[in-house]
Amino acid sequence: MAYSSEQEAVCVIVGASHGGVNSAFALRKEGWTGRIILVDKDDALPYHRPPLSKAFLTSDDGINSILLKPESAYHHNNIELMPGVTVASIDRGRKTLLLDNGETLAYSKLILAVGASPIIPPIQGIDTTAAVFPLRTATDVHHIKAAVAPAQGKRAVVIGGGYIGLEAAASLTKMGVSVTVVEREERVLARVTSPELSAFFEQLHRDNNVAIHTQKNVVSLGDVDGRPCVRCEDGAQYQADVVIIGVGIVVNIELAEEAGLDIENGIAVDAHARTSDPDIYAIGDCTFHYNPRYDRKVRLESVQNAVDQGKIAAAAIAATPRDYDSIPWFWSDQYDVKLQIVGLSAGYDNIVTRTESESSPPRLSVWYFRGEQLLSVDAVNQPKAYVIGTKLIKEGRPVNKETLANPSTELSLSNLAV
Amino acid sequence: MAKITFITQDNDTITAEATTGTVMELAVDNGVQGIDGDCGGVCSCATCHVHVRPEDFEKTGGPNDIEKDMLELDDEVSEYSRLSCQLDVSEALDGIILKVAH
Repeated sequence: MAYSSEQEAVCVIVGASHGGVNSAFALRKEGWTGRIILVDKDDALPYHRPPLSKAFLTSDDGINSILLKPESAYHHNNIELMPGVTVASIDRGRKTLLLDNGETLAYSKLILAVGASPIIPPIQGIDTTAAVFPLRTATDVHHIKAAVAPAQGKRAVVIGGGYIGLEAAASLTKMGVSVTVVEREERVLARVTSPELSAFFEQLHRDNNVAIHTQKNVVSLGDVDGRPCVRCEDGAQYQADVVIIGVGIVVNIELAEEAGLDIENGIAVDAHARTSDPDIYAIGDCTFHYNPRYDRKVRLESVQNAVDQGKIAAAAIAATPRDYDSIPWFWSDQYDVKLQIVGLSAGYDNIVTRTESESSPPRLSVWYFRGEQLLSVDAVNQPKAYVIGTKLIKEGRPVNKETLANPSTELSLSNLAV
Repeated sequence: MAKITFITQDNDTITAEATTGTVMELAVDNGVQGIDGDCGGVCSCATCHVHVRPEDFEKTGGPNDIEKDMLELDDEVSEYSRLSCQLDVSEALDGIILKVAH
């Protein structure tokens, strides 16, 4: 059936996290007058995810303290929420979605903001052992909190020393839990940062009494006296009250793949966040997209990318298209350390480390270059390095590395730019 | 209870009240355009930048160190700039007027 102009246009957004919610509000801002329906399998009102491993874990403030928008904002903007609903399949011919409650939902434009799921590695006993959880949703955090309540004297094992695992370790430590991190690689954050920064974070955690074990391969999980026990290849065993799985994510491509959309390390999208179907867009963690700043295709796990692609998709749908050209940025808060990252360091061949202060709180920044081109900056308690790095990357300006490496020279744009 | 007024780039005026939370949260809760708060209020994104009306600056005080650094290279920075996620709502802020920077 052809879509007649008398029927109201409907934009359905699948996934109500940072990307989905921001695209919904951006659609209204861009002047889209049709219906907007936001579907998510989660029952809760959409919430910020970064606090899940931080303030939401350590405090008892509850979900209302981390909502992306108050419920009233959805009403005011005429955005229809469909929580607790899973989309089973997309019928691109009829332009409908089949929902798990048996209903169908028609769309004229569709945005897939389906995100990613935690990898549950094929470790013996992982699905039968009690108190073993990933950390991706508010529900996961409720489970983790319940398993360590009251926290004092409890033990946690974190499998995987990535950002989520290390943030969880810092938060649980703050709560009074003794934490062991077990990492398969030879250093934490191996997949996402340089050996320099990995060493910094390993020391930070050790200084806070977290046991970090690298090159430890977990081979099985099992219950001992009703509590989980983690067993490693080398015979080491760690008894815990809760085990957190933080070994990365896998993109939720099933819906897109079954619908025959192009898949390429994620859902392939163009500069307008459009998939291989002109009426279907995809945004956020689930997409594989071209980044013009780095002249390559990337898949990013970040709030920034979800929000920015959400706005780009909304602009295209509302017929005011703009090209995506963001410089990626990230952050992580652990103990009294604020890490801010701008750019993508992959492919760097030389670095400059600038240490402003080694005492508490430490302040340093790691600058990644390919030849003379600045690719990325990791700033530890040093927002100035982050904002100056952002500016230099944006403008593609060369950097005076000698000045940069000398902490007695003031960190300023005029001092650093050549 | 504090009553706070936001003036957006489109010159919309929104006055909102709260007793707790941050000024950024108050703005987001009331749909103030230009206050995004993408990082959730941890001073990491600078998407909640406001200019405090000069006569109200005594009430808000100046930016903290992290905030100052985050604002330093912002195109719209002024001597009255604050990141509203770093302003806690309190009686002391009653009646202030904030101009949204972006």
